[in-house]
This record gives sequence, C-alpha cells and structure tokens, in this order.
Amino acid sequence: MSYLNVLISEVYRIVFLLLPVLVSVALVVWLDRRVWAFVQKRKGPNVVGPFGLLQTLADALKYIFKEIIIPASANKSIFVLAPVVTLTLALIAWAVIPFSNEMVLSNINVGILYLFAISSLSVYGIIMGGWASNSKYPFLGAIRSAAQMVSYEVSIGIIIINVLLCVGSLNLNKIVLAQQNVWFIFPLFPMFVVFFISILAETNRPPFDLPEAESELVAGYQTEYSGMMYAMFWLGEYANILLLCALAAILFLGGWLSPFNFYPFDLLPGIFWMIFKILGLFILVSLVKAIVPRYRFDQLMRLGWKIFLPFSLIYVVLTASFLFFLDILPT
Amino acid sequence: MKIGRIMKTVFMTDFLAGLALAIRKIFYSKKTINYPFEKGKISPRFRGEHALRRYPNGEERCIACKLCEAVCPAQAITIESEIRNDGSRKTTRYDIDMLKCIYCGLCEESCPVDAIVQGPNFEFATETREELYYDKKKLLENGDKWETALAENLKADAVFK
Repeated sequence: MSYLNVLISEVYRIVFLLLPVLVSVALVVWLDRRVWAFVQKRKGPNVVGPFGLLQTLADALKYIFKEIIIPASANKSIFVLAPVVTLTLALIAWAVIPFSNEMVLSNINVGILYLFAISSLSVYGIIMGGWASNSKYPFLGAIRSAAQMVSYEVSIGIIIINVLLCVGSLNLNKIVLAQQNVWFIFPLFPMFVVFFISILAETNRPPFDLPEAESELVAGYQTEYSGMMYAMFWLGEYANILLLCALAAILFLGGWLSPFNFYPFDLLPGIFWMIFKILGLFILVSLVKAIVPRYRFDQLMRLGWKIFLPFSLIYVVLTASFLFFLDILPT
Repeated sequence: MKIGRIMKTVFMTDFLAGLALAIRKIFYSKKTINYPFEKGKISPRFRGEHALRRYPNGEERCIACKLCEAVCPAQAITIESEIRNDGSRKTTRYDIDMLKCIYCGLCEESCPVDAIVQGPNFEFATETREELYYDKKKLLENGDKWETALAENLKADAVFK
C-alpha cells in the first residue's frame, strides 16, 4: 500500500511539473512569434483567444488532426521513435530545475551533470530522425546538427566549470544559493555572453539554425515529418530553449533569488523571479532571431572551436588562479 | 585586422546596435492590418472582379461590339449577339472564364460604352471551378451589386483617361 502512495504522490508531482512546462512552452511559442513580428512591425498572431494567446493550441490541434506520413523507405521504428526521444529528453531535464528553495522535483547533488548529460543526449533524437528518414536533406541536417551541438557542448561544459569553481558544488540549489551576495553574471560576464551564444547554437536557433536552414535543407531533419510527430519535435525544441534559458538563469542570474534582498523585492516568491528571468532570457533569444543573419557552417565551427573553446579555457585558468591566490576557493 | 575591427568584434558593437534597434522597433506602430476585419485602401484603377454595367434606366450598356473579346489576350471572353426587335444590337451570351482571365484590364479599356469594368472586389474565391465560369447573368448581377463603387471609381479615374 505504501508503494502505491509513494507512486501516486510522485506521479502527482511529476504531472504538476510537466503540465506547467508544456503550457508555458505553448505560450512561449506564441511569445516568440509575437516578438519576432513586433520587431518587423507586424501584428503577429492575435486572433485566436485574447492577444492570440491560444494560437499554439490551435496549431497543435491542427497538427493532431493531420495525417502522419511515414516515408516508404524510412526505418519505421526509429523514425517514429525520434520525436518521442526529443520531446522526452527535453521534458525530463526539468526534473532538477529548482523554481524555489523547495520547489524542485528531485534535488539531486549532481544536478548540473544530469542536465549536461540530458542535453547531450538530445542530439540523438535529431540524428535518429535525420537518419531514419532515409532522405538527403534530413540526413545532412542531422549531421550538421550533431557536429554543431557537440562543438558547442564542449564550451558550455567549460563555462559550467567556471561557475562550479566559484560554487564548489554540483547541486543546482547550492549554485543558486552561492549567488546570494553577487550574481555570477558580474564576475563572469564574458562567460555569460559565451554561454548565451552557445545556447543559441545548442538549440539550433538563429543565427545558428543551420540544421534547418530552409534555403539549403528544406527543413533539415524535420523534412519528412508531419502531423503530431512534427509537433513533438517542435515542442521539444522550444522546451529545450526554455530549459537552457533556465540553466543560464540558474548559473548566472541567481536563479530564484530576488535581485535585491530588501523590503518590496523579497515579498515575491522565488518562483516568480525564476520565471521572470527565464522569460527575460527567452525574449532576448527571440530578439536575436529577428536581427541576425545565418552563419555559414565553417564560420560556426570556427567560432565554436577556435574562439569560444580557448577563450573559456583561459577564463577557467583566470578564475581558478584568482580564487586560489585570494584564498577564497569554496570548500 | 585593424584594432578597431577587433574591438568591434570582441565587444559585439554591431550586434548590440542591432539589438537596440530591434527593441526600439517593437514600439513602432504596426504596418500590417487585421485583414478580414479591416482592409487596405485600393486605387480606383484597381482591376478586380468583372461586372457588366447598366444605364440608369435599366438598359444594358453593352452593345456587343466584341472589342473586348477581340482584345482579350487570354481569350477568356465569349460573346454572342442578336439584333433586338427595336433595332439595337445586344448580347445573348457574355461569358468570362475567370480562370483564364489575367486581370490585365484591356477589356475595360477597350469598351466604348464603359459596359464591362473591373471592380474593386477581389474576394470572389469559390470552392469549385464551375463557379468561376461567369455568364452574363452573374456579370450583370455584379454590376448591380457594385454600381455605386464602379461609378465612383470611373469618375475618379476619368481625369486620366
């Protein structure tokens, strides 16, 4: 009986986390389109629901009723599995994201490693989709995506080392709490910039949207997908963007801490500040989409390997020696 | 590379300028309109759906001279005519294949009596092809329906003809 109780309470907690995440993904897609439209002096989606807020719901409904086409030459099982893998991996990573001191599904002490592992795995969904489609464009898109994500994960890893040097713990809550005096964005500002650009590359957002460069590759690894399977890729992509925005908020912007530790600001609960920071970063991501042209693939690789990697490595050395010589290394 | 160029790259000044511009543009007035609810302004010369006009006394303007049929580059117009009892020549058949039509406006221009005109209506999509084979009845109906707008547009454009 106790097993059942535990199971039910866990399922309840998981649903209570996943539903808001999925709903906010839907809203964030609307926000993205809206910001993009506003920068281009368009109105953007504003018909379905108040301010067009239900636009994504309408799109999802359309996708559900559309036919799922599986190409005759595709590897059926992997083809079907790919979007499921992408969406699942994008969602399970949310398990360790702390929304406030207690609001975290599982407060594991290697949270950041878990997140890093999951985001590395998410390239599998894309490779599987591209390969199983058995078609030129998806395959090229998948290869590009794999190369891109692997390259930028290296620099993301080293940036995380920078933060960990200042914290001394892999627990996400401890990382947040270590920023009570000063957010890491101030001492590690260059790393924040590099991290933000790496987020764009990691989630295939412009200017690094080469895997789905429509002028070259139709839609990249999504070319052969239709209906709900396409929608799942699409949900997974946005869930991933939100996740990495949340990670950036935790690593550099003090997570659920309020920016000022005095009266009117500490009234709001931590979850408000967390959502506020994630949204702010997301709006920045969608603004970038509106203003930048796409990188060429060799430029992308050069940026990743020749600039970001050595730069963040040098910064690791600087941070470590700074902490060491001032004798403020965290224990 | 010059020092200035390197500084520009490192501090991403171009990127930041672009970002500032984008943020500024967010607050500008929007150039698009809520289409089905509000519509853009169209010129009196706009070449939309065809219509056959009538004189104020209800008589058809068309004298079956077949100039429009002859000038139509897409050969979308078919006209058959007869001499009526009162001695005037009138059409018995006036068909426009709206699928062939290229909306060039030559029929309107060739017409000596302003009978065939292209009105301001551009929302006449149908669900079947057959509905777009317009006959005389449909064209006259259009003329009756849009007469006010058509007369106004012809008057506005008359200065330039």
